[in-house]
Amino acid sequence: MSVAKPLPHDAARLHVTGQARYVDDIPTPRDSLHLAFGLSSIAAGQITSMELDAVRNAPGVVAVLTAKDLPAENDVSPAPTFHEELLSSGEVFYLGQPIFLVVATSHLAARRAARLGEVRYSETRPILTIDEALAADWRFEEGPRIYAKGDPDAAIAGAAHVVEGSMEIGGQEHFYLEGQAALALPQEGGDMVIHASSQHPTEIQHKVAEALGIPMHGVRVEVRRMGGGFGGKESQGNHLAVACAVAARATGRPCKMRYDRDDDMVITGKRHDFRISYRAGVDAEGRIAGIAFEHFCRCGWSLDLSLPVADRAMLHADNAYLLENVRITSHRLRTNTQSATAYRGFGGPQGMLGIERVMDHVAHVVGRDPLEVRRANFYAEAPSSEAGAGPSAPRSPQASPPEDISGQAKAGVPQTTPYHMEVTDFILGGMVERLAADGRYAARRQAVAAWNAENPVVKKGIGFNPVKFGISFTLTHLNQAGALVHVYTDGSIHLNHGGTEMGQGLFQKVAQVAASRFGVGLDHVKITATDTGKVPNTSATAASSGSDLNGMAVQAACDTIRDRLAGFVAERFQADPATVRFEGRAVHVGTEAIPFETVVLEAYQARISLSATGFYKTPDISWDRIRGTGRPFFYFAYGAAITEVAVDTLTGEYRILRTDILHDAGASLNPALDIGQIEGGYVQGAGWLTTEELVWNDKGRLMTHAPSTYKIPACSDRPAVFNVALWDAPNRADTIYRSKAVGEPPFMLGISAFLALSDAVAACGPGYPALDAPATPERVLAAIERVRA
Amino acid sequence: MQTTFRLNGKTVHVTAEPTRTLLDWLREDRGLTGTKEGCNEGDCGACTVMVTDPAGQARALNACILFLPQLEGKSVRTVEGLAGPDGTLHPVQQAMIDHHGSQCGFCTPGFVMSMAVAHLDGKTDHDDQLAGNLCRCTGYAPIVRAAEAAASEPVPDWLAQAPDFTCPEISSGGRADGARGADSTPEGQRPDASKEAEVARPTSSDALATWYAAHPDATLVAGATDVGLWVTKGLRDLRPLAFLGHCNDLRAISVGEDEIRIGAMATMEELRNAVAPLHPSLGELLRRFASRQVRNAATLGGNIANGSPIGDAPPALIALGASLHLRMGDARRSLPLEAFFLDYGKQDRAPGEFVEAISIPRQPDTLRCYKLSKRFDQDISAVCGCFNLPIENGVIAGPRVAFGGMAATPKRAAHVEAALYGKPLSEATVEAALPAFAEDFTPISDMRASAEYRLTVAQNMLRRCLAETSGHATSVLELRP
Repeated sequence: MSVAKPLPHDAARLHVTGQARYVDDIPTPRDSLHLAFGLSSIAAGQITSMELDAVRNAPGVVAVLTAKDLPAENDVSPAPTFHEELLSSGEVFYLGQPIFLVVATSHLAARRAARLGEVRYSETRPILTIDEALAADWRFEEGPRIYAKGDPDAAIAGAAHVVEGSMEIGGQEHFYLEGQAALALPQEGGDMVIHASSQHPTEIQHKVAEALGIPMHGVRVEVRRMGGGFGGKESQGNHLAVACAVAARATGRPCKMRYDRDDDMVITGKRHDFRISYRAGVDAEGRIAGIAFEHFCRCGWSLDLSLPVADRAMLHADNAYLLENVRITSHRLRTNTQSATAYRGFGGPQGMLGIERVMDHVAHVVGRDPLEVRRANFYAEAPSSEAGAGPSAPRSPQASPPEDISGQAKAGVPQTTPYHMEVTDFILGGMVERLAADGRYAARRQAVAAWNAENPVVKKGIGFNPVKFGISFTLTHLNQAGALVHVYTDGSIHLNHGGTEMGQGLFQKVAQVAASRFGVGLDHVKITATDTGKVPNTSATAASSGSDLNGMAVQAACDTIRDRLAGFVAERFQADPATVRFEGRAVHVGTEAIPFETVVLEAYQARISLSATGFYKTPDISWDRIRGTGRPFFYFAYGAAITEVAVDTLTGEYRILRTDILHDAGASLNPALDIGQIEGGYVQGAGWLTTEELVWNDKGRLMTHAPSTYKIPACSDRPAVFNVALWDAPNRADTIYRSKAVGEPPFMLGISAFLALSDAVAACGPGYPALDAPATPERVLAAIERVRA
Repeated sequence: MQTTFRLNGKTVHVTAEPTRTLLDWLREDRGLTGTKEGCNEGDCGACTVMVTDPAGQARALNACILFLPQLEGKSVRTVEGLAGPDGTLHPVQQAMIDHHGSQCGFCTPGFVMSMAVAHLDGKTDHDDQLAGNLCRCTGYAPIVRAAEAAASEPVPDWLAQAPDFTCPEISSGGRADGARGADSTPEGQRPDASKEAEVARPTSSDALATWYAAHPDATLVAGATDVGLWVTKGLRDLRPLAFLGHCNDLRAISVGEDEIRIGAMATMEELRNAVAPLHPSLGELLRRFASRQVRNAATLGGNIANGSPIGDAPPALIALGASLHLRMGDARRSLPLEAFFLDYGKQDRAPGEFVEAISIPRQPDTLRCYKLSKRFDQDISAVCGCFNLPIENGVIAGPRVAFGGMAATPKRAAHVEAALYGKPLSEATVEAALPAFAEDFTPISDMRASAEYRLTVAQNMLRRCLAETSGHATSVLELRP
C-alpha cells in the first residue's frame, strides 16, 4: 500500500530539472501584457490629484486604470463585511497601497511607468503602533473579545506568587520564494481563465467574477503549484488576479502580473504583531491557579482575516496547560500599515508564545526547572487506548504511547480548555518523557550550567516547549472538501481535489491515498492542477487542513468507484462485494486476481460509470466565537522540542547548537514529507523569533522590504545538530488513515529556540530576561544588560 | 550591444540593451524559465547559474544582476543544461530527490546550480557554498544532506569533459565570426547605433583610462553586484557605461616581500583566497562577505569605489594601512585608503579617475576583524570593527583601528588609537579607552541597529580583543554542542 511510505514529493524531478512550472513560467501568447501598480507614498490621507500623463506616455504603456475605470466591484477583501479597494478611490490607508494600474508590453516597462505618476495628497497623521491605535481607539469589532473560564481574579489574588509582565511579539514576512503572480486569459463571451499563485482558487474566482460583474460560472481558476505560500497567498493574491482580469477585459489581451520582491513586501500583509500582557497567580511549585491575558493585536488597515487570527491566538493561550481560572481579552487594533494576514499558525503561535513566556517567567520566579514547571501544568494524559474504527496506516509496533504519567487527571471531571472544549486526546506526557530521555535533557542542563560557570563571554542556554495545536477551521463551514476522480479505460487514474500544492506535499499524500484505495501503484495516478471547474466551492488550503479534508474527499470518490467495480466483479463471480479486495495492482475475488486494468475495461464495456465526486465534512465540531464556547477543533496535534543555544554576551549574537524534536503526525501518510514539514516549520518558527525583524519608520514606510534588510534563516542558521522523530501513533479521531495535520504545528516548536536564548541570558545575572521577539542580537544584548542590572 | 557566449553548450550571439540581465533574457527571450527570480537583487540565489570563464574556472553567479555584456566569451550553464544529454540527472539533482531537498521547488534550481559548482570544485563547506541560496520551506537540513550525499559521486562526464571552449569565437572572446546565430535579436529590435558608442568594453586598463577620460561621467561596471541594483531596483539607465570584465591587467593579485598588491578587478573571493593565509581574521571576515555568488562577481575596487559606509573591506584594509592607487588618463596618484572617504556618498575621486589597485604593506599578523549583523551569513554589517594592535615590548605599538557602520564613511578611530597607544593590552587599558569611542563616532539608528547598540558593540569589540587572549571561548561560531 502506498500510504505511509516515505516517497519523494510528486514534482521532485521537475523541481530539480527546472521543469516545474509556476505562474510566471507559463508560456503566454505573443500579445500578452504586463501589469504594475502605482503605490501610495504616504500612510494616511486623501488623494487630492493624480497626474498620470507621464505614465500613459511612457514607452510600452497600453493603458492606465484608476478606481473609476473599473467595470464593477472595486473590492478584493476576503471578508464579506469589509470593503477593501483594489485601487484607492480617494482615501489612503497605508504606504504602499495600490492607487493606479499600469498595463504595458513588458514587466519592466510597467514597473518603470508606475513610478512616473504624480499623486498629491492631503496627508493626515498615521496611526502606526499598538499604543497609537489604543489611544485613538481605532479597532475592529466594537470592543475587545473576551473568553473566560472560572474566576481568575480571585485565584490570582489567593496565590502564593503573582507573576506579571508583558512582551512584544513582532510580525513576520512570509518570504515565499515565488512572489505573488497571476495571469488572466480572456475567453469568448466575456469569460475569464485565471492562473494564480493562490492558496484559495475559489476566492480568486469569486473576487474576479465580482470585479467583472459576471457570475462565478464565467470564471475558471487554475493553480498547479505555488512557490511557497505559508498563508501569504490565502487572500493577498486577490489583487493581482483581479487586476489581470479587469485589464484583460479592458484590452482584450492576456494580462500577467507579478510583484517585484520589494513591491511584494511593501504591498502585502504579514503575520500580526502582538503585545501580550499577563498576570498569573502560581503556587510554590509553579502551578497556575489563575491567569489573565491581554492580547493587543495589530491588524493593519483592513479587516482581511484578522478576526479569526486573533481568535486563534486566544484559542492557543492555554497551549498544553490546564487553566482552571483564566481570562483572555483580545483587542483587534487598526493601524495605517499593510493588512496583517494569514501566516502559518494563524495567530496560534502568538497565543502560544504568550503562555510559554509565562511558564518561563514562572520557572524563574519559583526557581524550578522550566520543563518541570510545564509538566506540572500539563493537561492530564488521555488514557492509552486503541484507535477507533477505520483504516490505519501501518506503523512500527514499538511506537505505542506510554501510560498516563502526569498524575494530574481528576477522575470523573472533564478537563476543558479556556473555551470549554473537553481535551480527550492529550499525549504530551508520554511524548515529553521520551523526548527528555532521548534528548538527554537533564544531563545537558547540567552541562550547560557547568559551561556557564566556567565561561564569562559565551553563555549557553537550553529551552523546551510543547505544542498542542487545534486542527480545524474555526469558521466551521469551511471544514468541507470535494474531489473528482476519473478512471480511464487503461486503468490510469485522474485525480483532482480542492486543495492546492504549495510545497507541502499535499498532492503526493492524496495520490498515495488514491493509489491505496485502488490497490495500484502511484504510476497509475495523475495528480492534476487545482481547478475551480472540476471541484467547486473549495476552502482555502489553510489551517493545516489540506490532507485531512482532501484526503477524505478523495477517499470517498475512490470508494464510490471501487464499490461499483466490486459490485461488478462480485456479480460476475457470484461473490459478496464486501469480500472483493483491491491490492497488488489487481482486484481479488475469491481465489481470483484480475489485473486492475482488465476489470476497469470490462466495467467500462458493461457501461459502469468510472467517474465520481467525493465529499467530506469534518464531524463533531461547532463553535460560538462570540461567546467563546464549543468544540472548534476536531482534534489536537502535538509536538515538543528542546533547543540548545550559545550566546555571545559582548554582542548578543547567538547560534542554535542542537535541536531535538518529537512530533505527532498521527499515523503518518508519508513520514518523509512530514519530517520535511517539521524541519522546515521549526526553522521558520525560529526565524520569526530571532533574526526576522520588520521595521517601519515614523512615516509608516516599511524599511525592511527586501532580503537585503529582512533576514530569514540562511543555511548555516539551522541547528548544527538537528534530531527529528515522529511519535507515530494513530490519531484518536477518525481522520484519513488516522494521520494528523502537520503544516502549521511544527512552526511553534521554534519557540524553544527563543526560550533557550532567554535561558542563556538568564545565566548572565539575577534578573528575569523578559526578552521581546524577535530576539535580534540587539535585543539579546539589551536583555543581558537588564539581568545584570 | 552584441555579446557572444555559450549557453548550455551552444554558441549564442545576442544583441540587447547593455543592461539587459541574463535572468530576464533567459526567461523572456529564451523561454528558459527554470532559472527563477526570487528577489531581483542578488540576495536569494534562486537565479543562480554556472558561468565558466575561458580559463575553465566555473563560478556560481546570480543571473538577476548579471548584465549580458559581462558574459562575453564565457560559458553559461543553467538548470536546463545540468542533466546529461540522455536525461541522466546530475548527482546533486538525484540527491536532492533522494533526500527530499525540494518542497515548493522554487529555490531548487538555484540550489542545484550552487551545489553543482561546489561539487565540481570538490568543496564540502556546504554552509558557505549555500549561504547565498535562501529556502523558506525545508529548513535546509535535507538540502545539506543531499549535498553531503552527492559529494562522493564523481563529476559526470558531460560536465567534466564539456567542450565549452573549443570554438574559436568563444575562446578568443572576440567576434571574428561575422555570422549571426539564430538567436540574434531581430533587426527591428536592434538598439540605436548612436547609443552603442556610449557603451564600452575595454580590454586593458590603458584602454579604460583613455575611454573614461573621454566619458568622465560614465558608470563603470565591474561585478555589478551593486550597480546591478541601480538597474533592477532603481530602474536607471546607466549610459554611458563601460564593462571592465576584460581588463585582465586590473585583476592581478601579487604578494611581494613588501606589499600585497590587489588589482581593482580582483573579486572578493580571489581576495579572500589570497589574504586568508596571511591574515586569517580578514579571511574569516571575507568568508562572511555577502555570499559565494556575490563574492564571485563583486570586486575589491567596486567595494571601495562605491564609498559605502558599510562595505566590509575598507575597515579591514584601513586597519592594515592600505594605500589606494587611482588613475586618470596617464596620471596616477596614491593615498591612504582612509583619506579616500570624504563624506557620505563623497570620495576623493575626480570625474574620469578610477581605482587601479590597492596595496597592503606586508606585516606580522595582528589584525582582528569583527563583523556584526542580524544574520551571520549573507548580511550587511551593522558594525564592522577591525583592530590591528601590534605588540612591541609588551605595549601596543602603532595601533590602527577602523570601523564600518559607525559613521557616514568607513572611518579610522583616532581617539581610540590614541588611548591604546603605548599601553599594554590589559583590562585597565581597554576600559580606559572605551570613552574614546564616543569621541570618534556618532552612529545613526536604522533598521539594522540603533545608535546606542552600535556604540556599545563597538566598545565590546575592543573588549573582545582582550578576551581572546584569556583562553575562554569568545565566538559562538566555534562552538559545537
